[in-house]
Amino acid sequence: MRINIRQMADNQAGTITAVKVAGDLGQRIREMGLVPGTEIRIQGRAPLYDPVALRVRGATLTLRNNEADFIEVEVEV
Amino acid sequence: MQATVALAGNPNSGKTTLFNELTGAHQHVGNYPGVTVEKKEGTYNHKDFTLHIVDLPGTYSLTAYSLEEVVARNYLVNEKPEVVINIVDSSNLERNLYLAVQFLEMGIPVCIALNMMDVAKKRGIEVNAEKLSTLLGVPVVPTIARTGQGKNELMESAAHIVKEKRKFGALKISYGDDVDNAMLDMEKEIGTNNFLTDTYPARWIALKYMEKDEQILSQGKKTNPELAAKLEVTVKKVSSHLLNTLDTYPEAMIADQRYGYIKSILKQGVIYQKYDPNRLYSSDKIDKVLTNRFLGPLIMLAVLAVLFHVVFSYSKVPVGWLEGLFGWIGHSLYTLLPDGLLRSLIVSGIIDGVGGVLGFVPLIMFMFFGIAFLEDSGYLARVAFMLDRVFRIFGLHGSSVMAFIVSGGIAGGCAVPGVMATRTLKSPRERLATLLTVPFMNCGAKLPVFALLIAAFFEKHEAAIMFAITRRASSGALRVAKLLRLTVIKGASTPFVMELPPYRMPTFKGLAIHTWERTWQYIKKAGTVILGFSIILWAMMTFPMLPESRVAEFESGRQSLLGSVPASVSGELQSADKGSDRSGEALNLKKQLQSIDYAEAEASLRYSAAGRIGTALESVSRWAGFDWRTNIALIGGFAAKEVMVSTLGTAYSLGEVDPEESGSLSRTLANDPGWSPLMALGLIVFTMFYAPCIVAVVSIAKESGSWKWGAFAIIFNTLLAFGLAVLIFQTGSALGVLVR
Repeated sequence: MRINIRQMADNQAGTITAVKVAGDLGQRIREMGLVPGTEIRIQGRAPLYDPVALRVRGATLTLRNNEADFIEVEVEV
Repeated sequence: MQATVALAGNPNSGKTTLFNELTGAHQHVGNYPGVTVEKKEGTYNHKDFTLHIVDLPGTYSLTAYSLEEVVARNYLVNEKPEVVINIVDSSNLERNLYLAVQFLEMGIPVCIALNMMDVAKKRGIEVNAEKLSTLLGVPVVPTIARTGQGKNELMESAAHIVKEKRKFGALKISYGDDVDNAMLDMEKEIGTNNFLTDTYPARWIALKYMEKDEQILSQGKKTNPELAAKLEVTVKKVSSHLLNTLDTYPEAMIADQRYGYIKSILKQGVIYQKYDPNRLYSSDKIDKVLTNRFLGPLIMLAVLAVLFHVVFSYSKVPVGWLEGLFGWIGHSLYTLLPDGLLRSLIVSGIIDGVGGVLGFVPLIMFMFFGIAFLEDSGYLARVAFMLDRVFRIFGLHGSSVMAFIVSGGIAGGCAVPGVMATRTLKSPRERLATLLTVPFMNCGAKLPVFALLIAAFFEKHEAAIMFAITRRASSGALRVAKLLRLTVIKGASTPFVMELPPYRMPTFKGLAIHTWERTWQYIKKAGTVILGFSIILWAMMTFPMLPESRVAEFESGRQSLLGSVPASVSGELQSADKGSDRSGEALNLKKQLQSIDYAEAEASLRYSAAGRIGTALESVSRWAGFDWRTNIALIGGFAAKEVMVSTLGTAYSLGEVDPEESGSLSRTLANDPGWSPLMALGLIVFTMFYAPCIVAVVSIAKESGSWKWGAFAIIFNTLLAFGLAVLIFQTGSALGVLVR
């Protein structure tokens, strides 16, 4: 099933299938290692449920929910 | 042999630690030309070579989206350092090599420092440096920057590149057929037309056109508009083709292929991972507590309170020493020098000015030490993570919190270290909005002013009003930030995509170097300007001086007073033995003489430039109920807010009132028919919002990189404060609230 990162639950894992944004934000997301084929796991969310923290390639990244919306992930149902 | 070596790498890769290890105390901090990005330089001597080392800003990539990246790129292209040392975190190799690949694409001489080998080992990661070196075609040296291990080998390897004059060919990665074919054509066109090829390699220009790099695009337009347009059309064709067939963008293809290239290299036996890369380490376990939904905010409040306490309480001791020292110097010179202008200039202008500049030094040192500790340990990134949602509402960034706390999140802060604390913010618009609004917070210097006015008019509700002022100050600051982000500093919020680095114990050396650099910069850059301004303010409140005739009037008043009492009484007053008890008559005489002195001081203040400005502004300031005395006090408050109290004292013929003991002044104000609780309320609000003190204005100008923003802070804040004060005074007067 394909969903975006905002819809993922804490600790849920998946593989990025697409990053649907160009420009500054798109480049920022990609240069941090969030490109199609990358495995990610949701590490947690800030106290106000935004931003979200991800585990990627052995590091922890954070992004805001409205930024995470552009990242499509294939997850196990 | 001599050569220039640039250090490049991701933030958190240990770049600064390595730089400190290599250069030790031989560092020089400046700025890159025309921008506020810090440039650190140093030298490293070893065996037969001397290397000039430049620390480039930490970046993840070489796009034109952030100032740091443009600065790093321009440096590499324009200054052409002999070698670039790319520091990569071996516990995070895949992501760190993304930058390395971009250096290789540029075809510049690169040497890779495989840093944090110890951390990688602990995480069960083994990296084969030789294999990586063979596959990438550049030297790779394992290092541990924290202990200095491998640094000499690294430098020898860099020196070797220089000695051998080794050539580096540009790395050619396939970015997919569509992009590749278009790039081949573009490269040919670029080559035959010598389009920007004096500065950049042809293929790299084509690549940047594919990435829609703004800097290169605009340079291209200037150089050869026809070809530039042609190239842009080619890119557009590829873009729409990719969007139609693969639902992707050229820059996305390029990034994907770069990661694909890295993966293919790592797969060939470069890296061996014992565990799942996404398994949790102790750092992540700490995070489970420190960013926990309930515990996280509580711990954060505690940490920030401790930081605040350390900065403002512990710095009091050295601040006290400095105040004592300058008080002593001022007093000694006062007794040594003859009465007159020179004494006034040296004591009130220069000594007070220098004292004012240096008085902030302990504060700035403690603040930078505290913030550097939080930043280097990794906690600051967590604070930004937890608070971003709140600050984003106002167009700011989670990292803005530090500046607001230091400036007066808890009563008694200071906007000067607050403005400087915005350096941890990497988003330019959010940073500017933060540094322009932190002066609205309740700094320690405004407190004596509030205390004076509250004691005079709202004594019964002291605690409630003080609390309301603190709350209004922060909500006001945030609202203004929102207003600025919607108007003068508008623009989309900078992406938050950020790394939460693993928790680490900061090294004392790193913290000490960082703290000293920042403090020295403040003394050197801000100090001289502030001293100049305080002399100007002193002159404004001193010149023009009272004409001879009026001075003579006061003098004859004194003489007639002295003549009217028996010689024994006046003699008693002048006797050198000041400690002895005086008779009632003598004390009475002393008081009367003093009141003449105070009246003279009031008259000279009113006669001075500041007094004339204050008087001239009366017609306008009446709208808010302020008379000339209040206006002068507000001008004095521009030097430092607490000066308002002593200036008001002089203006009310009470002599220079000590801000800590303003009882007599508050009684005078309370009984003055020109004052009302309503006007006092207006003045409190005006004091909260009007122009920051000189030191803060200079800091704003230095930190934003432009005097324009310093001037903006003075004008905008004063207009805003005046608008609010007029609103309060006029509405209150119309409704008959709080009037006498």
